[in-house]
Amino acid sequence: MRLKHFLNLEWKQFFRSASFGKSVALNILMIFFALYFMVSFLVMGIFLYPGLKKVFPDQDPFTTLNSFLFFYILVDVLMRFFLQKLPVMSVKPLLPLPVKRNKVVHYVLRKSAFSFFNFLPLFAFIPFSIKLLIEGYPTGSVLAWLFAIILVTLIINFLNFVIESFSSETELSFLPIIVLAGGVFALNHFNIISFAELVSQGFTAIYNNPILILIPILVLTGLYLVNFKQLKSKLYLDSSLKTKVTEVNASNMEWTKRFGDIAPFMQLDLKLIWRNKRSKSSVWILIIGLLYGLFFYPNPAYANMPWFFAFVGVFVTGIFLINFGQFIPAWDSGYYKMLMSQNIKYQQYLKSKWMLMTMSVVILFVLSIPYVYFGWKILLAHFAAAVYNIGVNTHVILYGGSFNRKKIDLNQRAAFNYQGTGAVQWIIGIPLMLLPLAIFGITYAIAGFEIGCVVLTVLGIAGIVLHQKLMKFITQKYLDSKYKMIDAFSQDS
Amino acid sequence: MIETSNLSKSYGSKTVLKIDSLSIPKGQSFGLVGNNGAGKTTYFSLLLDLIKPSTGHIKSNEILVHQSEDWKPFTSAFIDESFLIGYLTPEEYFYFIGELRGQNKADVDNLVAQFEDFFHGEILGQKKYLRDLSKGNQKKAGIVAALIGNPDVIILDEPFANLDPTTQIRLKGIIKNLAEKQGVTVLVSSHDLLHVTDVCERIVVLEKGEIVKDLETNEATLKELEAHFSGSEVI
Repeated sequence: MRLKHFLNLEWKQFFRSASFGKSVALNILMIFFALYFMVSFLVMGIFLYPGLKKVFPDQDPFTTLNSFLFFYILVDVLMRFFLQKLPVMSVKPLLPLPVKRNKVVHYVLRKSAFSFFNFLPLFAFIPFSIKLLIEGYPTGSVLAWLFAIILVTLIINFLNFVIESFSSETELSFLPIIVLAGGVFALNHFNIISFAELVSQGFTAIYNNPILILIPILVLTGLYLVNFKQLKSKLYLDSSLKTKVTEVNASNMEWTKRFGDIAPFMQLDLKLIWRNKRSKSSVWILIIGLLYGLFFYPNPAYANMPWFFAFVGVFVTGIFLINFGQFIPAWDSGYYKMLMSQNIKYQQYLKSKWMLMTMSVVILFVLSIPYVYFGWKILLAHFAAAVYNIGVNTHVILYGGSFNRKKIDLNQRAAFNYQGTGAVQWIIGIPLMLLPLAIFGITYAIAGFEIGCVVLTVLGIAGIVLHQKLMKFITQKYLDSKYKMIDAFSQDS
Repeated sequence: MIETSNLSKSYGSKTVLKIDSLSIPKGQSFGLVGNNGAGKTTYFSLLLDLIKPSTGHIKSNEILVHQSEDWKPFTSAFIDESFLIGYLTPEEYFYFIGELRGQNKADVDNLVAQFEDFFHGEILGQKKYLRDLSKGNQKKAGIVAALIGNPDVIILDEPFANLDPTTQIRLKGIIKNLAEKQGVTVLVSSHDLLHVTDVCERIVVLEKGEIVKDLETNEATLKELEAHFSGSEVI
């Protein structure tokens, strides 16, 4: 078994995957992002030296950059945690074949070194180093420094996998990394341990004394071995065959009974949200969404832009609606066939989702009341936005769901998981977010803030009044695309 | 009970199922056998209105399956694991299905209690999610869930696969009982000729989407089937 066999397998996996043609649009988007970042880094690398010189005229730009490297490393760790994944390879079919386990593991790990995230920094640091050489810094030292940067990038690369596998085992999602990064940042910020200083001294030391490059090399080797051990231990079937003995605490959720005939579906939805990795994260995102207003309201620059309040309101009170609603009915894609062959009223099924979203809007509005600290207008705008969310956006997102054709695997990790994301999810954002912004912005400009709020509220109430009619229409849409959905959901992506 | 006429299903130019006429009376235990790709699952999916027929129709109890949904209350099925909801415990799943079929918890408990020996102590009270059960145990849960709510028609795709021998024998007893004593129409597909001849009064052989044999089961049936399949296996 040679490297070319591995590469051959991966090539086929990529081009023969069922979703290949369908996700071309998404791929193009990703390529666009990649190009954007490459160009940005390149431009940054070219202008870094003169820029630093201009901002800190009495300091050597090279020293200035070194003092900022700590923050760069911190951001890199965070970015990678959310965006980079260990390259996966389906090893199960390889295990009974005469391939050395070590070889498979080495291959997977080495492949990760060729990740885009490891090349991106080069676009900034190579031009910067060239500039240093032009400015007459000693060649050997500059090269050692650049090499150290590359090594640190690789160290972050492998460190990330250790962190990732740790946090995926503990079910805490991204909590550990946030705590870790926040802690290190705080220690540095309050001058308890000055990591920025330490990192800066480290790089300066390598610059002055290139033989010290051995230290990062040793660290890298150590991390590689840790990863190697960790991965190899996972390469046995029993780790995937081993049944998890997680005790289930089954709850009756009797309180849902008061919702009458939609109760069974509500119970199902609540269990769905709480018992699956992917959906559980939409609960965490609630917290982020709720705090979203803090980005804007304390900032005096936004205080004079009340037309913006409604947009923030739609987001703050509707974060669950957006997050959960955009994947209706794909949440149920795993057993959609069964639901369709059961004696269910489709309208009840959808009504349960509607009820959940409505409840979330009400709860989030109540939780967002403290924003009144920043002014009554904000509370008023949030109220209008909440009513609009309940009356209009719930129906819009349910309607959008009838175009959903992408399966979701509930057990996959959640943050920045694009599985199940199709054109629908991008397009639905327009009526969901921009429409209320436009309505509110225009009425605000013409008739003032209060009238804007009234218009949003009236639209929301209109939606609530027409609820039955709208649901009937939406249900019909779902029924019309029944076969297409069943077909799409039964295909592995 | 179930009338199939002029039914066909094609994908592009390829016809995967073509049944001119097939009538299954009430209370019959009906077996469908055929090699891979013969159209067994396609036929069951059409029966459950999971795919759209290209031509023709199926009438279940005089109801056009692909137009009305009124067949759903008296029909139940277990086709594959995708009929299970992985994040529920077996009990929760039974109750959920029960609620959809108008059964309260006590009804479901009563019914499920009858299958205690079928479960072999591996399903109930385990405090495990369905997704964490083994394939065989998932299948057991799915089959019993299909019996909830006194359906008149029960459709089981490959019910014997993945089950251990004890459970296979018990399942045969359950299916026979349903058809003979309770008058339920049971549709079963299988690759195992022995099981299917044991259980079914009538066996239909599908080949490349068409009916090639329609047999009343008797002592000679197994031999006949074996002869048929060993002959057609030769390529």
